[in-house]
Amino acid sequence: MKEEIINSAFSSPLGKMPKGQKGLLYNYILGIADNSLILGQRLGELCGHGPSLETDIALTNISLDLFGQVRSYYQYAAKIANNGSNEDTIAMMRPEREYVNVLLVEQPNTDFGYVIARQFLFDVYHFMFLTELQNSKNETLAAIAKKSIKEVSYHLRFSSDWIKRLGDGTQESHKRIQNAINDLWTYTDELFHQTTADKKMIAENIGVDTLKLKETYYHNVSEILNEATLDVPELKYFQKGGKQGIHSEHMGYILAELQYMQRTYPNMSW
Amino acid sequence: MIEHADIDTELIPILDKVSDPEIPVLTILDMGVVRYAKLVDDVVLIKITPTYSGCPAMDVIADDITTAFKKAGYKVNIDLVLTPAWTTDWISEEGRDALEKYGIAPPLEAEADKDALLGNKKIVKCTNCGSQNTNLVSQFGSTACKALFQCEDCQEPFDYFKCLK
Repeated sequence: MKEEIINSAFSSPLGKMPKGQKGLLYNYILGIADNSLILGQRLGELCGHGPSLETDIALTNISLDLFGQVRSYYQYAAKIANNGSNEDTIAMMRPEREYVNVLLVEQPNTDFGYVIARQFLFDVYHFMFLTELQNSKNETLAAIAKKSIKEVSYHLRFSSDWIKRLGDGTQESHKRIQNAINDLWTYTDELFHQTTADKKMIAENIGVDTLKLKETYYHNVSEILNEATLDVPELKYFQKGGKQGIHSEHMGYILAELQYMQRTYPNMSW
Repeated sequence: MIEHADIDTELIPILDKVSDPEIPVLTILDMGVVRYAKLVDDVVLIKITPTYSGCPAMDVIADDITTAFKKAGYKVNIDLVLTPAWTTDWISEEGRDALEKYGIAPPLEAEADKDALLGNKKIVKCTNCGSQNTNLVSQFGSTACKALFQCEDCQEPFDYFKCLK
């Protein structure tokens, strides 16, 4: 996919985009942060709608952690861009094609099984990714990673625990979580796709070489699935596109809700 | 390992008046969120660090610090720093006692914390009756930093401050 071509076809409302090395770093940061923003938004939808009080609180707590992490990333990105944008405009004023999150995190809250499966498949990746990002040559990214990984270790524990409970639970819970894993499996490969910004940042020892994580990722995921008496799906073809700004049909609805206030009352604040 | 914060002694009485908005029995010094406070050329320079990334209390804490120093006649400049990342080890002894009296069980050591949060061992002490016959209700509680427990003896539900290292 030619991401440069896609991006240049749209003029961002955020102002002049940084170019060259700065532009690559900027895009790299959004590639990390947008995942957490969109997943956080998805989890936020469950506020007051969780299947039980405890899971409701847990999922919104995870959402809050992700938003907190996103703020640190976007604040840094705004500083690099130096074009008058800020954490809020980056989060809420971009058109859909400028969001570069993976397709996995925008998949809907079909049922509790899908919520847990999506969380688990992302958490395993997120934890591994942050573990490596702590060693980034870029001090700010390393600091954000060191802060975030403490929180993400709790997320991973929560979602792994629920995978086992649902998988090794009742017939119905086993069936539903297996369905969710089967359906979402097609979005896992994209976690390891590398954009131009990813490749350049890896070469600079700033970014994480996700390809090196891939084997361990599937190994770790399979281990938990086995423990949960679930089958590990086998798939030849995987979905992709989010990292190039080509999203599933769900993305527009997420952004409609996320951006509503800023679009209706521009520049409003608390 | 406890990394000591770099704070001018003359500024401590002012900082000591600022409490955590979500846990009012703790001052921000007890919490260990103030990492640096020095008077440089008539301006008080302060560095605070968040407990959890998404902690909504941080903005309020920064506002409260500004108000406290303005009242005392100082100009103040507050920076939010992420590194080194906050750990529950920075909560002072006084802070841990205050937490327990307030009804929040203070954080255990990292390994014990894992056992408690996975429900492997009954080691979190009930803040109401002191019994260790307690059960995990939820790994996540009313704020990002807490988990929810219930005592099997006195039946009282209570918060546990999760270990963060």
